[in-house]
Amino acid sequence: MEIQLTLNGKKLTCAIESDTLLIDLVRQQGCFSVKRGCETSNCGLCTVLLDGTPVLSCSVLAARAAGHQVQTLEGLQEEAEEFVGFIADQGAEQCGFCNPGYVINTIALLRENPDPTDDQIRAYLAGNLCRCSGYEGQLRGIRNYLNWRKEERHGNV
Amino acid sequence: MLKIGSYVRAKSLEEAYTLSQKRSSVILGGMLWLKMQNRSVQTAVDLCDLGLDKIEEQEDCFSIGAMVPLRALEIHPGLQALTQGAMAEALKHIVGVQFRNVATLGGSLYGRFGFSDVLTLFQVLDAKVELYHHGVMSIREFAEFPRNTRDLLVRVTVPKGERRVCYLSQRNTATDFPVLACAVSEAGGHYTCAVGARPGPAVVFTDEEGLLKNGVSRESGEAFGAWVANRAVFGSNMRGSAEYRRKICAVLVRRCLMQLEEV
Repeated sequence: MEIQLTLNGKKLTCAIESDTLLIDLVRQQGCFSVKRGCETSNCGLCTVLLDGTPVLSCSVLAARAAGHQVQTLEGLQEEAEEFVGFIADQGAEQCGFCNPGYVINTIALLRENPDPTDDQIRAYLAGNLCRCSGYEGQLRGIRNYLNWRKEERHGNV
Repeated sequence: MLKIGSYVRAKSLEEAYTLSQKRSSVILGGMLWLKMQNRSVQTAVDLCDLGLDKIEEQEDCFSIGAMVPLRALEIHPGLQALTQGAMAEALKHIVGVQFRNVATLGGSLYGRFGFSDVLTLFQVLDAKVELYHHGVMSIREFAEFPRNTRDLLVRVTVPKGERRVCYLSQRNTATDFPVLACAVSEAGGHYTCAVGARPGPAVVFTDEEGLLKNGVSRESGEAFGAWVANRAVFGSNMRGSAEYRRKICAVLVRRCLMQLEEV
């Protein structure tokens, strides 16, 4: 079957099978930040934004994305750039495998709630598993970024 | 691995119902559980174009379409107010935000899964389920409806009204399935308790013995919790033994009752 969708702002027409998963489609299009991890819809590695909402691309049929906007980290680099350095400063990425999922879900969190508490950050990112860290580094990185952003904004007022 | 022969976006409920009558067809909800199965499906019927992804507040109830994602239920202000936050408490432990953006109410209820937090909570909300062919029925009736029934879950209605609700679950680790799930509600002095993840589907208990007729205290809460724990049938699995669940049950029921008193 043939579907049309918008991937990272670019309109695409793709030939897919009925059971093609969205993760496979975006990887075929060169979006290798989206990774296959657990295969049980648990790890968050394959997170993409579907019409701005974070979803597990390993569990969404590509056919379901027809007519919708899909964004991967490749299309969100500018938005991510601001805070990934704060995560790196904490050494929180370690092996880095979980990082794209973490970053894209953090973007979704900050769009939904620009000033989250630590508990709200933990709750929103609970579906992103990291087997290197104890999650504290990522939390510190996001917190430092939010504090920096607050200071920047107040400084610019 | 899930294999799908053809994917159809139904244009009407009738079309979806007709297509779903073949044993080789399947209705897609969030398809999170479905994709875990090693199964070949001839026709996968998607309801995503039928406008069933809305929560509508009506005068006397909330009408929730079958394709509403769990995350939408979790953050809906009206449902939070109606359940005093029990809706969010029941849903927020289910894997992660991305998962709950995909999982649907219809998919969660139609499977009547043993591990279901959703089925456990909705059992104490006096909710009604609308099936396309079999019509409207209480969720308790639906919970016992034959599993091989090939019908469509269209929407769920949750009545408004004075009802205090509490939901608690026990998990071995965050975001895992519950070892035990417990919901208690009180309306007009009548208490309803649902116990899920026994590990079978949620079952409902009411205060048949009048243990709470003089109100809830620590003693009466303990007595009702012990009574429910003795009446419920529990099983063992990798998450916990039947005996462990029985002990947890008495505690969760009592805690739910005590928390209701604080609402």
